[in-house]
Amino acid sequence: MTVARIEARFTALAREGRAAFTPYVVAGDPDAETSWRILEGLPAAGADLIELGLPFSDPMADGPAIQRGAARALAAGMTTEGVLALARRFRRGDSTTPIVLMGYYNPILNFGPTAFAAAAAEAGVDGLIMVDVPPEESAPLADALDAHDLALIRLATPTTDAARLVIIARRTRGFVYFVSVTGVTGVKEADAGAIEAQVKRARAACALPVAVGFGIKTPDRAAEVAKIADAVVVGSVLVEEISTAIALKRDPVPKILDTVAAMAHAVRSARAGG
Amino acid sequence: MPLVLALEQAYAAAKADDTFGAELAGYLTSYVGRPSPLYFASRLSAHHGARIWLKREELNHTGSHKINNCMGQILLARRMGKTRIIAETGAGQHGVATATACALFGLPCVVYMGAVDVERQAPNVLRMRLLGAEVRPVESGSATLKDAMNEALRDWVANVSDTYYLIGSAAGPHPYPAMVRDFQTIIGREARAQILEAGARLPDALVACVGGGSNAIGLFHPFLADDGVRLFGVEAAGEGMDSGHHAAALAGGRPGVLHGAHSYLLQDDDGQILEAHSISAGLDYPGIGPEHAWLRDVGRARYLTATDEEALDAFALCARLEGIVPALESAHALAKLPEVAAEVGKDGVVVLCLSGRGDKDLAAVAPRLEGRR
Repeated sequence: MTVARIEARFTALAREGRAAFTPYVVAGDPDAETSWRILEGLPAAGADLIELGLPFSDPMADGPAIQRGAARALAAGMTTEGVLALARRFRRGDSTTPIVLMGYYNPILNFGPTAFAAAAAEAGVDGLIMVDVPPEESAPLADALDAHDLALIRLATPTTDAARLVIIARRTRGFVYFVSVTGVTGVKEADAGAIEAQVKRARAACALPVAVGFGIKTPDRAAEVAKIADAVVVGSVLVEEISTAIALKRDPVPKILDTVAAMAHAVRSARAGG
Repeated sequence: MPLVLALEQAYAAAKADDTFGAELAGYLTSYVGRPSPLYFASRLSAHHGARIWLKREELNHTGSHKINNCMGQILLARRMGKTRIIAETGAGQHGVATATACALFGLPCVVYMGAVDVERQAPNVLRMRLLGAEVRPVESGSATLKDAMNEALRDWVANVSDTYYLIGSAAGPHPYPAMVRDFQTIIGREARAQILEAGARLPDALVACVGGGSNAIGLFHPFLADDGVRLFGVEAAGEGMDSGHHAAALAGGRPGVLHGAHSYLLQDDDGQILEAHSISAGLDYPGIGPEHAWLRDVGRARYLTATDEEALDAFALCARLEGIVPALESAHALAKLPEVAAEVGKDGVVVLCLSGRGDKDLAAVAPRLEGRR
């Protein structure tokens, strides 16, 4: 399936006339089994696509919430193999919800890009977002992913000009990820007005769906973005729920899935509601 | 990427502009106090059995080689119209040099420093604050230099329009490793001219400590084409290479990618970055500048390691024999003089970069030196 699974999902949603709701969670946060229960529950709670974070020791593009999530996952023993095992387990029960891994390059380089692409495809992963691999350096990774029909999903930001959007679009497959703020995940709040113009620019540069993320914290904001973009990504707010649940000594799973459901509902009703 | 591409362009333009070079040279002379002396260390020479010269970077304003690069980059930041400066620091030497340059030009300055380093380098924290900089302790990760760099990168991407990130080591994304090297080659260019004037021949060996590797690459680079000059970098072996507690990315690491650079890294089997360990906060980085990785791989330079204990011995020896208290970072280079001297022989000429002075380390070193008496 792979890239085709992502394309099929976007095609189906376009027919429904709505954006995809895409939750992000860190694989293995706070531990492998709890993370599995969250992952397993996401489609029923309203996830159309899933971004599964590959935990990294030095998550430079992430704010405090996801930094803490990655640190918890690593402390509980999560590994790249462990992330793939979670994806494989998910894929046994769900053949239609795309899974995109998001993370940093060193663990992939360490695994070997070719071996990783093969293992990820075998596990039922559909695409990869690499925060710290610019197009200039991504040929080996893009080749490895192409060989297994996995999507390399590139990021564009508010500082990406029209010329660079073309470079970014060149080997991007599945969708383009538009970072709605200048900065790291989960800190600044996205401004829907500014996003609209930027999404238009991204659409002009490539024929792919445009996902928007980094800084969407409330159902209202998710709904606003859902009117403009093809996919709405929410991450830090969900990961923060785990921090809160741990502090309160509660099971994080019900709360995180409730938040996903609220966000998904907002995204689903955004265009219908006008 | 757009921000590093813009920096690359601005730096290329500045490098090609004679007025930029002249302005920098003016500040290096009148404000930094260059050229720094090349000093024949007669008692260290007698002790180790080689002709040992010290390139006295510790005599620069702010007490280390770090100011060479800061002056270059602050002038570049001004050319680029940036109005806010951020930096990372380990030992605090680069933070102090950055805070100094910012005070000189009246620019607001934020220095990210691992909380552990804030603790063990208290005098430099006070100096930075006195100079008007805001020191932000970084609690995430191992709370040392790499985490300070993560946090500075996060700040930079959030404040791209007005902020200049002044990286202090020959690490990070291009163009930083090349740019920092260029600004630090003043060390090697001066040393080359000075040793030729003093001895009418090139040295047999150069020695410098390596964390990210800025003072070493600055010393080595002008000698790269001189095949007879052996190059020795010294990494921090912490509690020993077998202990797992060290900061030697070349001796104990594998190639990887961190902070936008492809080089040797301390990492675990899964590609997670490991915490570096060294008595010297300035060498406490799990990576190494990519040019050092290249010099090692092509066999042009050799990289040795010195433990905390060896560095402490060398620290005390240099103070006693030469009346110079070196930085703990520089003491790692001094610690390998026996090996280098053995290789070049008693008539061999060695130039060692004394990259910084050790006043900042006295509080940390005193109990360890006292404890061994």
